[in-house]
Amino acid sequence: MNRNDLGPMAVNRRDFLKFTGGGITVAVALSDCTLLSGALEQQRGYPSDFNAYLRVGEDGRVTVLSGKIEMGQGVETSQAQMVAEDLRVPLDAVDMVMGDTDRCVWDAGTWGSLTTRVFGPALRAAAAKAREVLLELASERLGVPASQLQVEDGVVSVVGGGGSVTYGELARGQKIEKTLDHEAVLRAVKDFTVMGTSPKRFDGREKVTGAAKYAGDVRLPGMLRARILRPPAHGATLKSVDTSEAEAAPGVLVVNQDGLVAVLHEDPEIAERALGLVQAEFDTPEPTVDDTTIWDRMLAAAPSGRTTQEAGGLAAGEKACEKLFERTYYDGYVAHAPMEPHTSVAQVEGDRVTVWASTQSPFGDQGRVAEALGIDPSRVRIITPYVGGGFGGKAVGRQTVEAARLAWITKRPVQVLWTREEEFFYDTFHSAAVVKVRSGIDAAGRVGLWDYHVYMAGTRGSEVLYEVPNVAVVSHSARNFHPFATGAWRAPGANTNTFARESQIDIMAADAGIDPMEFRLNNATDPRLRSVLEAVAKLAKWEAAPAPSGRGLGVACGLDAGTYVAHVAEVSVDESTGAVRVQRMWCAQEMGVVVNPDGALMQMEGCITMGLGYALMEHIRFRGGDIQDRNFDTYRIPRFSDLPEIESVLVANDDLAPQGGGEPAIVCIGAVIANAIYDACGSRVFTMPFTPESVLAGMKT
Amino acid sequence: MTPVTIRFRLNGRNTTLETDGNRRLLWVLRTDLGLTGAKFGCGIAQCGACTVLVNGNPVRSCQTSVSGIQDAEVTTIEGLANGDTLHPLQEEFIERGGFQCGYCTSGMILEAHSLLQKNPHPTRSEILSGLEQNLCRCGAHKRIVEAVEAAAARL
Repeated sequence: MNRNDLGPMAVNRRDFLKFTGGGITVAVALSDCTLLSGALEQQRGYPSDFNAYLRVGEDGRVTVLSGKIEMGQGVETSQAQMVAEDLRVPLDAVDMVMGDTDRCVWDAGTWGSLTTRVFGPALRAAAAKAREVLLELASERLGVPASQLQVEDGVVSVVGGGGSVTYGELARGQKIEKTLDHEAVLRAVKDFTVMGTSPKRFDGREKVTGAAKYAGDVRLPGMLRARILRPPAHGATLKSVDTSEAEAAPGVLVVNQDGLVAVLHEDPEIAERALGLVQAEFDTPEPTVDDTTIWDRMLAAAPSGRTTQEAGGLAAGEKACEKLFERTYYDGYVAHAPMEPHTSVAQVEGDRVTVWASTQSPFGDQGRVAEALGIDPSRVRIITPYVGGGFGGKAVGRQTVEAARLAWITKRPVQVLWTREEEFFYDTFHSAAVVKVRSGIDAAGRVGLWDYHVYMAGTRGSEVLYEVPNVAVVSHSARNFHPFATGAWRAPGANTNTFARESQIDIMAADAGIDPMEFRLNNATDPRLRSVLEAVAKLAKWEAAPAPSGRGLGVACGLDAGTYVAHVAEVSVDESTGAVRVQRMWCAQEMGVVVNPDGALMQMEGCITMGLGYALMEHIRFRGGDIQDRNFDTYRIPRFSDLPEIESVLVANDDLAPQGGGEPAIVCIGAVIANAIYDACGSRVFTMPFTPESVLAGMKT
Repeated sequence: MTPVTIRFRLNGRNTTLETDGNRRLLWVLRTDLGLTGAKFGCGIAQCGACTVLVNGNPVRSCQTSVSGIQDAEVTTIEGLANGDTLHPLQEEFIERGGFQCGYCTSGMILEAHSLLQKNPHPTRSEILSGLEQNLCRCGAHKRIVEAVEAAAARL
C-alpha cells in the first residue's frame, strides 16, 4: 500500500484561516501605547500598531495573531476573551492564530506567566484601538458623531436608533492610515461581559476527538522520519562512527555532517532499526559527581553571591532575637516530562524553510534555525501547532534545528520526534539547589532576623514576604556548573525558595509553640499575603494548634508572577514505612483581575497535582553526564492514585491588573507538604523529594 | 520481511493491510492509516498516550504488533463519536475541563470508555485505579475523574 497517499494535512484548524480582502490598516501614534499606566515598560518589543495583533475580515470575523503558543494553559481562549471584550465582538467571532512567525506579533516566548499580565495589556490595547478606529469609520459612514454611536457584538449603531453598520462592512476593502487623536479606553472591570467569565475552551472539541494537531501530526508528501545518533552521556565525544551497515539498509538515508549523525526513512520503525546498525564509539569522561554528591559540589563551587534584598543589619537582628535557627535545604534535579516529546517537522521550499515545531519560543527557534543554516531569519517560518505540554522544557527547540538541518541536507520533509529517552536526556532540568537560612525570633514570636543564601536556584521566590527588620537575601549561582542542561521549570527557582522559606517559618512557629497560620499572620503585613492566608484558613476550616498536632495539616504561602497563593495540605504518614499520602489540598489565590476564573482554577489544580511530583517522588538520578532515569518506568510522576481532594478559591481583587496564573500555585507544594508531614509525625524533612526513608529518618531524630 | 495480509475493523470499517506483521500498531495507525489521535509518549507502554481499543479492551498501541489485530475490532479516538454527536465521555471532558494540553486525552478517554463498559457505575476509587496507568503531566486529573463520573451518570 502506498504510505505517501495521505497528502498534506492541515497542521491546525487555525492555519486554514484565510485573510479575505483588505481588512484595515491603521497607523497610530506611538504615544497610544501609554494608555495603560505602568505597562509600557513591560511592553517594550510589542508594536503599537494594532494591525499586528488582529484583523477584522469582510465577514466580520476577527483573527487574532498572537506570538504566544497554546500548551494546555488555556491562553488560546483567554486571549480571545480579552480581544472580544475590548473590541466588542462576540467571543465566537474570534479566531486565534498563535505562534506563526510569518503572521503573528513577535514574542520572546511563552513562559513566566507573562501571557496574561504582559502580553495581555498590549493585546487589549490593540483591541481597544481597533474599536475606536472602527467607531470613527462608522461615524464617517453614518454621518453621525462618534459620541452618538454605540458598539455591541461587532455592530456600530446610532444610540436611540437611526442606522447601523457592522465591523465587517467597515473593514471591507478599506485600507486606512489613521492616527487616533485620543487614547483608546479599556473596558472597565465592572462592565465586563466576556472577561471574567468562563466560556468553554476553544480547543476542547478538537482535543477530545483526536482532531487537534500537534507537530508530530503534520504529514507531508515524502516525509522522512529521522533518528539521530546520541552520546551515551553528556560530555561524551564521538570518537568514530561507521554508518555503512545503515546505509546498506533498503531505503535508509544517512546523514553525517558536522557532528549530526542521523538515519532517515519514511517508516519510523525502519529508521529506528537503522540507528541500531550505526557503529559508534564515544569517549566518555569518568563521572566525578552524582545525585548524592551534587550539593557538596555546589557549595564548594559557589561564588560569593549577589545580595538581592537587604534591610537593617544582621548583627542587630541577632541581638534582637531570643532564639536563632540555622537550617539547610536541598533540592534535586527534576524533569519537565511533558507528555509530548520534543517534535518538529521541517520542509524546505526553494530558499525558504518552514518548521512545524513543538516549542515555547517560535521566534527564538526561527533565529536558531537561521543561524544553523546560515540564512536570514526572514527565510525561516516557524508554525506552532498545539504543544503537548511545556512547563519551561520547550523553551529552546533543539529538535527544531535538527529537523531543519536534516531537511536542508536531504531536500526532503523531515520529522524529528524525540524518543522518551531523548526527551529525558536532553531535558533542561529544574536545577538542583541548596538554601541556607539563618533566622531568629524575639520573645513575642516576631521574626527579627533573616539571613538567606540560595545556591543555584536563582532569586525567583526568594523574597522574605514577611515583615522582617533585618534581612539579607543572597543568591549564589555559578555558571557552567551542572553536568547537563538546566533551565526554567514551572516557576523556576520559586519552588526551591518557597520550600526553604516556608519550612523555616514553620520551624520557628513550632519552636515558639504558636499555630503556624497565626505565626504567619503575626509576621505578615502585606494585605495581599494576609488575604490569601485568611482565605485558605477559612476554606480549610483551619483550627489553631501548634505543630506537631498529629492532624497532618500544614500551611504555606508564596508569591509568584505577581500572584499570591496560600495552601493548606492534609497528609497521612505511614509511621512504619514513612510513606506520605496527601489526602486533601486547599488553595486560595489572588491574581488581580481574573480573565477566565475556571481556567485559573484549572491551572491551580494542575499546579497542585504536578507539584506533588517534585515534593514526593521526582528526582533525576545521574552519574556525571549519564542520565539514569530516561523513561516513566523508573521516573515516577504523579498518577491518579496520588490525587488528593482539591478545593481552590480565587480571592477577588479587581483593583489590580491581571497577574500570572500558570505557575504561582505550584511554588508552595513542597513547603506545604513538608509542613504537613511535620504536623503529622514530627519529622522535619529538608531534602526534596521527601522519600519515605527521609520521613522515617526524621521521625527518629 | 514478507508482507502479510491483516484484516480488521477500524472504527467500524473493514480494513485490509498488506504489511510487515511485526510493525507496531501505533505507527501503522499514524502513518499508513492517517489516524494521529493516538499519540507517541514513551514507547514502552508506560504512559497510555497511545491507547486504542481492541475488541473493547484498552491496549498500548506502541507495544502491539499489527499482526495481533487480525480480525479484531479496533477503535481509536477518531471512531468514538457518532458522526457529529460526541460520546458522553467526550462531552463531559469538554464540559468539566478534563484536559489541558490534550496530548494524553485520546488515551484517557478510551481507557475510561473501557472502564465504563466493564463497570458502568464505578466508585471514585475505581475510577482512580482504572486510570492509574494513564499519565497526565498537566495535572488535569481532578477534572478527568469528574468527567468520567459525569459521563457514567449519563450512560
